[in-house]
This record gives sequence, C-alpha cells and structure tokens, in this order.
Amino acid sequence: MESATLTRPSTLFASGLSWRRRAVNITMTVLIAAAFVVALIPLISLVYEVAKRGIPGLSLAFFTEDARGVVGEGGGAAHAIVGTLVITAVASVISVPIGIMAAIYLNEYGEGRLRRALTFFVDVMTGIPSIVAGLFAYALFELFFGPGIRLGVMGSVALSVLMIPIVIRSAEEVLKIVPNHLREAAYALGTPKWKTITKVVLPTAFAGLITGVMIAVARIVGETAPLLVTTGVVDSMNTDPFNGRMQNLAVYAYNEYRSPGVAKQAAYDKAWAAALTLIAIVMLLNIAARLVYRRYKTEIR
Amino acid sequence: MFKPSGAVRAEAGQSPATGRGAKTIGAQGVNLFYGDFHAVEDVTMTIAPNKVTALIGSSGCGKTTFLRSLNRMHELTPGARVEGEVTLDGEDVYAKGVDPVQVRRLIGMVFQSPNPFPTMSIYDNVAAGLNLNSGRVPKARKDEVVERSLRGAHLWEEVKDRLDKPGSGLSGGQQQRLCIARAIAVEPEVLLMDEPCSALDPVATLAIEDLIAELKSRYTIVIVTHNMQQAARASDVTAFFNLDETGKPGKLVEVGATEAIFTNPSQQATEDYVSGRFG
Repeated sequence: MESATLTRPSTLFASGLSWRRRAVNITMTVLIAAAFVVALIPLISLVYEVAKRGIPGLSLAFFTEDARGVVGEGGGAAHAIVGTLVITAVASVISVPIGIMAAIYLNEYGEGRLRRALTFFVDVMTGIPSIVAGLFAYALFELFFGPGIRLGVMGSVALSVLMIPIVIRSAEEVLKIVPNHLREAAYALGTPKWKTITKVVLPTAFAGLITGVMIAVARIVGETAPLLVTTGVVDSMNTDPFNGRMQNLAVYAYNEYRSPGVAKQAAYDKAWAAALTLIAIVMLLNIAARLVYRRYKTEIR
Repeated sequence: MFKPSGAVRAEAGQSPATGRGAKTIGAQGVNLFYGDFHAVEDVTMTIAPNKVTALIGSSGCGKTTFLRSLNRMHELTPGARVEGEVTLDGEDVYAKGVDPVQVRRLIGMVFQSPNPFPTMSIYDNVAAGLNLNSGRVPKARKDEVVERSLRGAHLWEEVKDRLDKPGSGLSGGQQQRLCIARAIAVEPEVLLMDEPCSALDPVATLAIEDLIAELKSRYTIVIVTHNMQQAARASDVTAFFNLDETGKPGKLVEVGATEAIFTNPSQQATEDYVSGRFG
C-alpha cells in the first residue's frame, strides 16, 4: 500500500495562477497605471507651462515694485502680491470664526430637522458660482456706499461667502471624528457642555481644524471673478482694505494679459509670473497644512 | 437582605476618614426609555454606602442603562427619558431645577474602555476635574490633589516621574487606573463603574479589584459587570437584572447580599444565571 507522504506534490492546488487570471491581472494593472498617467498629464503639463512662461517674468522688481506710473517694461507685482495676502487674510478673519462656530453648532447642538436643513443649505452654498458671490458683495456695498464702490474688503466679503461653507463642512467632519467617549468622560466629571467643547473637543480636533482652514484658504486664494467686480484694478500699492481699490494676483494676471499696453511681451511675462506665484502660494499653503497636521495631531485610540 | 420592593431608606454613611461621606443611592420605580422603547422597567432598590454593589445580568438587560441613569448620563442620548425617582441621600436628583452638572460632580463614573483625554498630560488628566469645573485652582492645591488621587488609584509610584507625559502612553490597566484617579480627584460621593475591567488583562483586573476593595471605605461603589466571578469576588451586594425576552424591558429580578445571591438565591432565574445555565 502506498503511504501518502507530505512530499508528494498536491494536485488539489495548481501551482500559481492560471494563465487566464494572469492575463486579466496584467491587463488591469496596465489600464489602471495608464489611467493614472493620463490623469497626471494635465497637471504636469500645466505646471510645466506656467513655470516655463512665468520664470522669465520673475525678477527682483516683480516682487518689490508696484506698477505705479509704469507704461512699458519695468514695474512689478508687489502691490498685487500684498493685495492678495491682505484680501485673503481679511477673508479668513471673517470666515474662520463664523465657520467653526457654525460647525460646532451643527455637530454639538443641532438636532433633527433644523440640522438637516442647515446642512443642506451649507452644501448648496459650497456650489455657489464665484461670480455670484462677487456680485452679492458688490450689491451689498453698493447699498451703503453708492454705485462704483471698490474696496479691498469687498473682495474679502465675496471670498468669505465662498470660504465659509468649506470651513463649515471640513470642521464638521473633523468634529464628528472626535469620539463620543471623550465627551462622556468630561460630562461624567461634571463639566458643563460648553466647557467640554472648548477644553476637550476643540483641542482634540485642533490639527484637523487648522488643516481644514488652510485648505479653504488655498481654494479661494486664486479666485478671479468675484474680485474683478469688487476690488477693481489699480497700479499702486494699497494695504488698507477699507480704502480704495486693491490689486491682487488673480486680477493682475487677467489684466496684464487682456490689456498688455505698449510692451506686450513684458506684460505677458508678468501675467505668467503672477500665475506662477499663485501656484506657489497654493502649494506652500498645502505643505504648511500637512506640516501643521503632523505636528499637532492627537492620536485618538 | 434587601428586598426588591421597599421604601427608600436614607442612611447617612459617614466615613470618619474623609470629610465627605459616602452617600446612599435610592431608586424608586425607575423606568428608562429610549424614545418609545421601554428599556428598563420599574427598578426599586437601595444602594448602601461604603459597600460595593454589583449589577449583573446577561447582555442587553439594562444594567448599563440603569447605571447611567444614576448620574444623569442616560438623558444625554437623544430621545432618552427617565421616569421615577433616583435619590442621593434622600434628595431626588431628577427634581425640577436640579442641575445635572452638579449631580455628576457628586456621582462619578468610570467607563468600560479607558478614556484619558488625549491632548492632556497625566497630570492634567487627573486634574481635569478641577480644571474643567472649578475656576483657578492654585498650583499647590492641584499638586496635592493629583498626588492624593494617583496614590489612591495605586498609580503614583509608576507615573510620578512622568506626570507631564501624555496619558495615552500608558498600558491599558494603567490608563484605567488613571481614569479612576481622575474620577476620585473631584471627591465624588458615589463612584459608578461600567464594566471597568472588561478591556483589561487578568493582572490589571486584579489590581483594579484590589483598588475597588480599598476605595469602598471612602465611597459608595456600584459596578456593572458581565463577569459573574468578578461580582462574587469583589462585591458586597449583588443585583440581578434580566430580560423576559428580547424586545421586552429589562427588570430587576433580585437584589441581596452577594453570598446569598450566589449560594441561595430566592428566584429561579437568578439561580439559572449564576449557575451558568444561561448567560
């Protein structure tokens, strides 16, 4: 009688995959990799083009001088850069407290139908076309200040309309992740609800909240349409958002391209350089968001 | 022997060792609901001070729900409702005008999974009760409270050199003892524990049970446990909860001295449960 030994090759399991499975494997791998490459192409080509055309426009003057009195070559975009920073900063100051407090209400206090309705409206607001936000801000200020008013802060208000729903949604998601057993631990110690939120929930969610805010900022920093109708075009440096027009990188790029004036190539170069600067700002914000997250995140078991 | 139905007796359980005495908890006709669902039906019992009372019963029979109604945590679930009376030394904690936050300062709770605050150090975790409730507390007093609580929880020796490290760096048993230290730092009168050892290994479990035996001299302790042997080991009084069938509310079947419940229960269902015929 033959004894069955363990060294006899098994006939139950064929060695390796059948040729058919192997073929499917390879086909799908190739397709997926190709799809990935196709998805990357626009991004890479965009960055390449902007870099190629923008770098010639970069210069020390670009970052330090404004365009006051400049007709041909020369001048820079310092006023646009500063304008973008000021307008974005004011927009953040408006949006962040409102957005985070609204998210706290929705997540910690909201109940039933009111909460569902509010969440729905916030979702609708995330889809508002940016020009509509701009026109709204313009109409609002026109009510008080008359037609033709152009102020830096109007641009900030328009950007806030776009930014607040993004902050609310991302803050809400982050607050939801804070586990309930932490809130219960605080309640069991006899902590009132508002204090639980400020001393336990918000610190635990801090890294996520900051990241959400930075991503919202990165989203609005390049918006052009709302700023076209609210902040206007101006050639000189203006750091006061409440006083007169304020230039910003997005509108600057548009303007240089559309009305290049006498020195066409120089204007185009500056437009591309402004676009490149915007991309750089967005990239820096995203990197900063990741770094902040890594530094401040709390390991929640 | 405590009978399941009886009047609430207000016994003053003063422990001479500390200023604050452990208090008696009375439950009178307590019915608990989640929306329309009747979860726990008509519980009447007295929980004596300076004793460990264990609530046992199979899954889903309402022991944790009842426990959470004692410190007004049950009502935090949306739609949850309490009917009946829960008294602390004779005073109804559900009376109109009673602030649940005040109730929870007097009746502390330790949860099944250790839940130290992840953003705070060990020191801040223990002092959390003080930081979150009282206003500014001088550092000297905080130091004293933290040390006393950590010693009380048998954790001081292990962590005294790393009080500023985050609480999440400890082992499971240490984290649970940290949560116990946090709970006793505010000097409650009653300590409720919801399956405190179910997430821990046997060595850590033994440490917690020893701790409970020691804490009962200063507090009234109520512990929910799935583990019958733990109830037999660690408690003085045992209350057995049961369900007639799924979907029906849980009921208090029998309550009495632990030894009597385990060796000579008066109800058949109790006898079946403690002898392992179901569970």
